[in-house]
Amino acid sequence: MSRDTVLELTEITKRFGDLLANDAISLSLKQGELLALLGENGAGKTTLMNILFGHYTADSGTVKVFGSELPPGRPRMAIEAGVGMVHQHFTLAGNLSVLDNIMIGTEGLGQWRSGRRAARNKLMVLADRFGLGVDPEALVSELSVGEKQRVEILKALFRDARILILDEPTAVLTQIEAARLFETLNAMTEDGLSVIFISHKLAEVMTASNRVVILRAGAVVAERNTADTDRAELAELMVGRRVTRPVREDQQPGDNVLDLANVDVVENGRKQLDDVSLTVRAGEILGIIGVSGNGQSSLGRLTSGLVGASSGQMTYDGTTTDRFTPRQLVANATGRIPEDRNTEGAVGEMSLWENAVLERIGDKRFSRHGIVDRNGCRAFTADLIERFDVRGAGPQTPTRQLSGGNMQKMILGRNLASVPKLVIANQPTRGLDEGAIAAVHGELLAARKAGAAIVLISEDLDEVVALADRIQAIFKGRLSAPIAADDADPQRIGLMMAGIWEGDHAA
Amino acid sequence: MRLERRTDLSPAMLLAAPLMAVAVSLALSGLLIALAGVNPLAAYGQMVQGAFGSRLSISETLTRTTPLVLTGLAAAVAFRARLWNIGAEGQLYAGALVAAWLGHSLTLAMPAALSLLIIMGAGMVIGALLLLGPVLLRLRLGVDEVVTTLLMNFIIILFVSMMIEGPMKDPLAFGWPQSVPVESDVMLPKLLERSRLHIGLLIAVGAALLIWLVQSRTVFGMQTRAAGLNAPAAVFAGVPLSKTLLGVACISGALAGLAGAIEVTGLKGYVTLDLSPGYGYSGIVVAMLAGLNPIGVVFTALFVAVVFVGADSMSRALGVPSFIADVIVSISLLTMLVALLFTTYRVRR
Repeated sequence: MSRDTVLELTEITKRFGDLLANDAISLSLKQGELLALLGENGAGKTTLMNILFGHYTADSGTVKVFGSELPPGRPRMAIEAGVGMVHQHFTLAGNLSVLDNIMIGTEGLGQWRSGRRAARNKLMVLADRFGLGVDPEALVSELSVGEKQRVEILKALFRDARILILDEPTAVLTQIEAARLFETLNAMTEDGLSVIFISHKLAEVMTASNRVVILRAGAVVAERNTADTDRAELAELMVGRRVTRPVREDQQPGDNVLDLANVDVVENGRKQLDDVSLTVRAGEILGIIGVSGNGQSSLGRLTSGLVGASSGQMTYDGTTTDRFTPRQLVANATGRIPEDRNTEGAVGEMSLWENAVLERIGDKRFSRHGIVDRNGCRAFTADLIERFDVRGAGPQTPTRQLSGGNMQKMILGRNLASVPKLVIANQPTRGLDEGAIAAVHGELLAARKAGAAIVLISEDLDEVVALADRIQAIFKGRLSAPIAADDADPQRIGLMMAGIWEGDHAA
Repeated sequence: MRLERRTDLSPAMLLAAPLMAVAVSLALSGLLIALAGVNPLAAYGQMVQGAFGSRLSISETLTRTTPLVLTGLAAAVAFRARLWNIGAEGQLYAGALVAAWLGHSLTLAMPAALSLLIIMGAGMVIGALLLLGPVLLRLRLGVDEVVTTLLMNFIIILFVSMMIEGPMKDPLAFGWPQSVPVESDVMLPKLLERSRLHIGLLIAVGAALLIWLVQSRTVFGMQTRAAGLNAPAAVFAGVPLSKTLLGVACISGALAGLAGAIEVTGLKGYVTLDLSPGYGYSGIVVAMLAGLNPIGVVFTALFVAVVFVGADSMSRALGVPSFIADVIVSISLLTMLVALLFTTYRVRR
């Protein structure tokens, strides 16, 4: 491939306080190339791309597009130079149509008449050429996640992007949608466009990219032609060491702990869970696998006591109800690991010890007659820090200063400090690095061994297969029948995640 | 230009923020004073002189500090739980009116101390009740309490006006709109002979200590903080959000009502419509300058009182309009908000 270099980053360095996010990173992109930027969370991938696009200003280093240097900190100039970015979190207005979203910002305010018709034609041509079918008049809020992503890509193409950057594009897609996305990206590179996609998934990097740049701790550690490498090598380069995740041992489950029977949940006027039934037994992990946005949040909120069932019954530990409360659950030895540790799991401005005891503050260990026993709380927290290996923090540290992994260890710790009967773990490893993932898996397996019933809601296939005894897929608020983990092959689970399961073609 | 949240907030910065805010506010107000043809430094010198220069001026400053501590606490307690109580002014007047009514009509069958306790208690209850309404409306119907509490001020003050021109009008006041006076033996004792300073100051400072203890040492205080800082996390942890907010509303309203009852029984002895030169609103500035810290409120209330008392004296001595006091206090709120932005975020290019 002796084609032209379209993009060149030279010695990009960026610090956030004490954190060196990008350390003299250089990389180049050739025309028609599909480059993967591989690295763990926190490796500096997104920072680098934000510098390239002008959202951040680098402390030093230069960005050259088509041979000319981009002024730092000016996204508009990046767009004009032909760079398009598709963010992990979409930047679309839900109350506007697809066409409006794409046209926004392309027309001057003083323009006499809107060029809607021409824009619509241009859009249809682009959509056709790259297989990005969407209805231009559809309201964005009514599109599926995959469709929204197509709109984002079209938005970049509409602005004549010749270089496209996608930040974790498959994080929210099913395997089928992901495969389709990579077909599109291939069509684009064949057409002469150049693409960088950010990822931490080895499988898609191996199948889709031409070349891989591996980032670790803010620096480029290696660069490979995809054809000359394999998954094992990439994994080791990305993590920097061999990390082995703990493995589940066979064990006989005990009595039923939690039963959901034909439960519906309606939130925000929409039915989020539809006729859901599940059972989890003591000493067992039930994995709920699914692409995010299919009702996992509601299932987590239901079993954590934040919402009630609009129909159906839940039986926990012998009592039947249609609504738990957080207090009841906590009093009944339930560990709850919320989906979003920053909004629900902890109050960032409060100290670590306050967060460690907040949901159990009524316990005699932590307060008497409404007066907080600060020594008791701090001792408990110090113990928790020690036992669960929370690093870089003391009881007095503001919780916001903890890294995601350490915050998650604190949340796990407060729930698992005494052996729980039931654990609801909603996306417990989302956004964590390999080391922290291994720690979380180890703790969950230890709780299982000690006899806890665990509901593991996750979108990570490897995680569910490794930890769960039985697996149910969630799709559009419905649950498949459980299958034993030993019978699960990735193909079958992939189909289940797309809503295709035996005897019930809900899709 | 971008804002990045700071993770390393040092106590020194927290302390520096209000000091910087006040300094910038004084500098900006100095420009206005200069426009009025007076040397700002001389003016500020006169201000300090007017606030601290004599036994009388010190006692006046402290007398002014008293209600500001209480309304400042009312705002600080509420704001910490993200309850935007803008109604302290009305709650203060309601507390004052109830105090005047009880102080006038409670018969002398009981010891004065007991009557005083009842009067204070009644002032607190009426203040709390007046805030409970808006909070219930917010919890049940999602009505913004900024609007309801603010508008309630006008309703209450007009009601007070009606009462002191009508049913509660003092027949011996030569037609002036003022309420019947409280009996002289249910007035709060003086703190200092031959001055207006009364033991209300001790009550206010005691309230600040008590609030600080509640906030930092009790389960209720911890839950309130959690609810204010991150409501979803508080709900997840099982904090009863509605109950917590109602509790906070009771405390905040009661403090403002108490301020009114103390002004009547400590100082004036009756209610007029100039009982409060906006103590309720100034309380918001006091609370913000203190970073919502109850102990800090005592000091920032003193600052605001110094500005008000000192500005009067400056106005008499140098002919600068005494409205400059309002300007200084208002600008210091704005500069404090800017200072808060800079302590919470770091500006990056």
